[in-house]
Amino acid sequence: MTAVTAQPDRRDSDLAEAELAGALTMIWRTPAGFYGWLTTVDHKAIARRYLVTAFIFLFLAGLLAVAMRIQLSGPERKLIGPDLYNQIFTMHGSTMMFLFAVPGVQAIGIYLVPLMVGTRNITFPRLIAFSYWLYLFGGVFLWISFALDIGPDIGWFAYVPLSGPQFSPGKRADTWAQMITFTEVASMAVAAGTIATAFKQRAPGMTLDRIPVFVWSMVVTSFLVLFAMPAVMFASSTLIMDRLIGTHFYNPAEGGDAILWQHLFWFFGHPEVYIIFLPGTGIVSAIVVAFARRPLIGYLPVVVSLIATGFLSFGLWVHHMFVTGLPQLGAALFTANSMLIAVPSGVQIFCWLATLWEGKPVFRTPLLFVLGFIVIFVIGGLTGVMVASVPLDTQVHDTYFVVAHLHYVLIGGAVFPLLGGIYYWFPKLTGRRMSERMGIWNFWLAFVGFNLAFFPMHILGFMGMPRRVYTYQPEMGWENLNLAATAGALLLFISFLVFLINVLWTLRAGEMAGDNPWDAGTLEWATSSPPPPYNFSYIPVVMHREPLWASRNELPAVGGLSVRRREVLITDVAEAQPQVREASPGPSIWPLLSAIAVTILFIWSIFSPWGVVWGAIPVAAALIGWFWPKDTPEDEE
Amino acid sequence: MRLRIAQDVSALPTWGFSTRSTPWWGTIAFFAIEGTAFALAIGTYVYLYTVNAEWPLDAPPPNHWPGTLMTLVLLASIWPNHWINRVAHAQALRKVQIGLVIMSAVGLLTLAIRAFEFAHLNVGWDQNAYGSILWVILGLHATHLITDVGDTLVLTALMFTRHARPRRFSDVTDNAFYWYFVVLSWLPLYFLINWVPRL
Repeated sequence: MTAVTAQPDRRDSDLAEAELAGALTMIWRTPAGFYGWLTTVDHKAIARRYLVTAFIFLFLAGLLAVAMRIQLSGPERKLIGPDLYNQIFTMHGSTMMFLFAVPGVQAIGIYLVPLMVGTRNITFPRLIAFSYWLYLFGGVFLWISFALDIGPDIGWFAYVPLSGPQFSPGKRADTWAQMITFTEVASMAVAAGTIATAFKQRAPGMTLDRIPVFVWSMVVTSFLVLFAMPAVMFASSTLIMDRLIGTHFYNPAEGGDAILWQHLFWFFGHPEVYIIFLPGTGIVSAIVVAFARRPLIGYLPVVVSLIATGFLSFGLWVHHMFVTGLPQLGAALFTANSMLIAVPSGVQIFCWLATLWEGKPVFRTPLLFVLGFIVIFVIGGLTGVMVASVPLDTQVHDTYFVVAHLHYVLIGGAVFPLLGGIYYWFPKLTGRRMSERMGIWNFWLAFVGFNLAFFPMHILGFMGMPRRVYTYQPEMGWENLNLAATAGALLLFISFLVFLINVLWTLRAGEMAGDNPWDAGTLEWATSSPPPPYNFSYIPVVMHREPLWASRNELPAVGGLSVRRREVLITDVAEAQPQVREASPGPSIWPLLSAIAVTILFIWSIFSPWGVVWGAIPVAAALIGWFWPKDTPEDEE
Repeated sequence: MRLRIAQDVSALPTWGFSTRSTPWWGTIAFFAIEGTAFALAIGTYVYLYTVNAEWPLDAPPPNHWPGTLMTLVLLASIWPNHWINRVAHAQALRKVQIGLVIMSAVGLLTLAIRAFEFAHLNVGWDQNAYGSILWVILGLHATHLITDVGDTLVLTALMFTRHARPRRFSDVTDNAFYWYFVVLSWLPLYFLINWVPRL
C-alpha cells in the first residue's frame, strides 16, 4: 500500500473541466500503435470490431444465399453440385446463426449497455477482449476450412447419425462442432460481462424500474445465453468424442440414441431464437420511444414480457421434434407452450403500437425498419403458431414452409431491428448521421426484396418442395415461385449493398451529428459522439427513466472517483446506491495470448485427444499471466 | 449536456467482499454455466438409462470406494474452506496463507483420489453408451477440480508475495466460494455414478 500513499490520490472533483478531460483521457485511452490495438479493453473499440466482423460474416453468408438462390432459380440448373450445395447451406446457416446474429446483437450490447447505464467500461473488459479474439479465430477457422473443401455439410443443426463417424468420415463435421465451441465460449463470456455491468455498474439512482428497456433485453438475453449455450457445447463436444475417441452417445448399437442429439441441440436451439430476437425487441423499444417522442406505454408489461419470454423459451424445444414420434401428451404440452409464448410477444407489440399511436411519430429510417419489423415479425409469428400444431407441422416439416417461417422470424425479428439500430446509433458510434435518402432506399429494397424472396416459399412448402435440395425436376411446377424468390433475394442483396455504400459514404462525408441528433432520452446521448475513452467525465445520477428528457441542459452527477487509475462505481442491484469505487483493468496482451492458446487447444483436439492434454499447458500459462498482478495503479489496492 | 456534481463518493472503499465485488458476480455466472452443464450431463445419463432395457450395460457397477472416499474428503474440506473464508474476511494474512496451503494440499489429494475413481469405473468410455456418459460426468467434474486446484495453487503463491494486498482477500473468498460449488455439485454425481447402477 506504500505506492498508494506515495502518490497523491487525485479525484475528478478536484479538477477543472478541461483538466479533467485530459486526466481521464490519459488513464482511459487505448495505447497508440498496432500493439495498443491488440491490447485494448475499451468496450467501444471491442464492440466496433465485433460489429464489423459480424457484418463481414453477414455479407459472406449472404453471398452463399445468393448462390443457392441462383442455383434454385430454375429446374435442373448446373451451377452448384450436390456436395458443394450441402456445404453451402450448412455454411450459410451456421455463419448466420453463430457468426453473425448472436455476435452482432451482443456487439450492440457491448457498445451500449455501459453507456446506457452510465459507467466507464464494461465489467470484465479483458474477458470481453478475449471473447472477441476467440470469436474471430473460430469464424476464420470455419471459413478457411470451407475454402479448403472441408467445410461442414451436415446442416446447421448437424443431426446424427448423418454427422456421426459412420456417415461423415473426414473432418467436415468436426469443423462445425469446434466452431460451436469457439463461438459459444465467446458468447457466454460476453453474457457474464453484460449481466454484471447491468447489475453492478449502473449510475446511482438507476433503480430497476429506470433501466432502459434495451438493457433489460440484453440482461434477459444474457441469462438465456448462460443457460442455453452449455447444451450445444455439451452436444458438440460429445459428438467430437463419438467421432474421435469412440464414445457411443449417439450410437444405438451400443446403447446410445440419435434422438438424444435432437433434445440437446434444441434445448439450446430454441432459446437461441430468442437470444437473437429479444435484443431486437430492445432495439425496437429504444427506437419507438425516441421517434414517437414520448415515453414507452407499458414499461412494466414490456419488461415482464421480456422475462416471461426468456422463461418460456426453455419449454419449446420439442416442437422442433414433432415428427420423431414423441408421446402425445408431451407433444400437447409443447404445443401449448409454443402458443403461449405468442402472448408476451403480442403484449410487446401492442405496447409499441400504443406508444406510436399516442406519440407524434417522426418517420425516419430507424422507425421505418421498426415498422417493417412489426409487419414481417407478425407474419412470422403467425406461421409459428401454425407449426406449433402437430398435424400441420407434420405436413410441412422439412419443407420450404419452415424455411419461410424461420426467415420471417429471424430476418424480421432480428435483422430489421438490427439495421434500424445501426441507423439509430451510427451517429453515436462515428459522430456522423447516415444518409436518410439512401436509408429510405435501403429500407424499401429490403422490405420488398425480403417479402418477394420468402413469401413464395410458404406456398412452395405447401406444394411439397423439401428444404435442402440442390435442384428439382421441371415437372414439379415449382419454377415460377422459385424464380420470384431468387429475384427477391437479389433485391435483398442489393439493399445490403446500398447499406454498405451508405456506411462507407457516411464515414467519409456524412453530416456531423452532434451529441444527441434524435433528441433521445437515454444516457448514451448525454456524452459526445463518438464518446471519449472514459464515456462520461462524471458518472451521472439518474432520477428518471428518460433522464435527458427530464432535465434538458444539466444532469446531476457524482464526484470523487480517482483520476490516477481506472475506476468504476459499483452500485447495489436493486436501488443502484453507490457501494464501492472498484478498479477497472487496463489494456493487456494476455487476453489475446490466452485466446491463441485456447485456439491451439481447440483445433488440435479435433485431430488428437492429446491436444486437450498438451494444449492445456499453454492455456494455463496464459491464464496465470493474465491473472498475476502487474504493479499498475489498478492492481495496487 | 452539462454534469453538475450533486453527490460525493470519495469516501467509498475501493474494494469489497461478495456481492460488492464484480469477480463474485463472475463466479456466479460460472456457477450458472457449469451448473447447467452438470444438469445436462445428469439429464443425458437419465435419458440413456430410460432408453436402455438393462442398466448398467454389460459392465459391473463401479467400485464405489474411491468415490466414497472422495465424498468424505470433499465434505470434510468444507470445514477448512469455511475457516479460510472467515479469516479472509478478517484480513488475517498469516491465517489465510496457512488456510491456502491446507486447501492446496486437499485439492491435490482429491486429484489423486480422482485418478483411482477413473481406474475403478469398471467400464471403458468406448465400451458402450453407459461407459461414455460415466467417463464424461467424472471428467466434467475432474475439470472443475483441476481448475479450482490450479486457481488455489496460484493464489497461494500470490499471497506469499508482495502482491498480497487487501483486495486479494476478496479473491480468496471467491476461491473458497467456488470450492463449495465443486463440493456440492459432486454429491448428486456421486450417487449417480456409484449407486444408480446398483438400483
